[in-house]
Amino acid sequence: MPDPPSPAQVQSRNRTIQSPNGPATTVPNRSFAPTNPTSPIDADVLARAQAGDHHAFAQLYSLHKRRIYSLCLRMVGNIAEAEDLTQEAFLQLHRKIATFRGDSAFSTWLHRLAINVVLMQLRKKGLSLVSLDEAMEPGPDEGPSRSFGAADLALTGAIDRLTLERAVADLPAGYRLIFILHDVEGFEHNEIAAMLDCSIGNSKSQLHKARLKLRDALRNQKRQEARS
Amino acid sequence: MTGDAGKLSCAEFQAQLAELISAGEDAAAHPHLASCELCRALLSDLETIAEAARQLFPSEEPPEEVWEHIESAIRREEAGGVDSGVTPPHR
Repeated sequence: MPDPPSPAQVQSRNRTIQSPNGPATTVPNRSFAPTNPTSPIDADVLARAQAGDHHAFAQLYSLHKRRIYSLCLRMVGNIAEAEDLTQEAFLQLHRKIATFRGDSAFSTWLHRLAINVVLMQLRKKGLSLVSLDEAMEPGPDEGPSRSFGAADLALTGAIDRLTLERAVADLPAGYRLIFILHDVEGFEHNEIAAMLDCSIGNSKSQLHKARLKLRDALRNQKRQEARS
Repeated sequence: MTGDAGKLSCAEFQAQLAELISAGEDAAAHPHLASCELCRALLSDLETIAEAARQLFPSEEPPEEVWEHIESAIRREEAGGVDSGVTPPHR
């Protein structure tokens, strides 16, 4: 097979692409903006990658690597593990890409694939989490408390970023996943529902519980600081 | 639920809160909050957390080696499991 270009070469090559039907189109470098599933660039690259074009697959990697790696890193909090998971997610993509039929946006499909890789890893690490269904239904002990306590513990002002990141890392995996996908990465509930194969209402409900759980954690932290 | 939004109990208001927030409505304008300090504090906290989340975990590029490992693994797979001589992933 011909040597595919490195993603760095691809990225450089694709910063500006001349559309045959219009003006030059710039491929965004930012990973936070969800990839437009109808982008003619992405669709063309996808079709060629599905046909076995290695250059196109390298382009797909270049287009999506940042978001997938960041998702893995945010979920496991460990660089080496996140690199391994990113590698595994794209290897699975390579094996399965021909089965993508366009029923959902490609980026949604790829995220779902990556999420399954991450959840599999969490299971291997011994966490009581074996499927997306279980990720979406944390045990009764893992839910937020129902008591909202005293108003004087309100989280007024800016929340310390590191404190909140630690609280997110301590969330049950299902809550963490929803919170990261929605509040950190900016996916909409309908996209998350497609990724996790759940209802939009379930996505909204789990996000709310995740925020309540974070509030509990931050208030506990504040309470401890007040005592010391 | 009573039908009079201002007379909701805290539990009833909080049961609606996820939908109120996700629907993009101005939850802070809900009549229940005019007389409930605890639920006002709750809503404020949840909004603060959602706002702060945007600054969490800056996105990062994977190192170049990740692609090299993927490429090597693809070559090995396409060669039917025979190592093509490309450096395999080290982990």
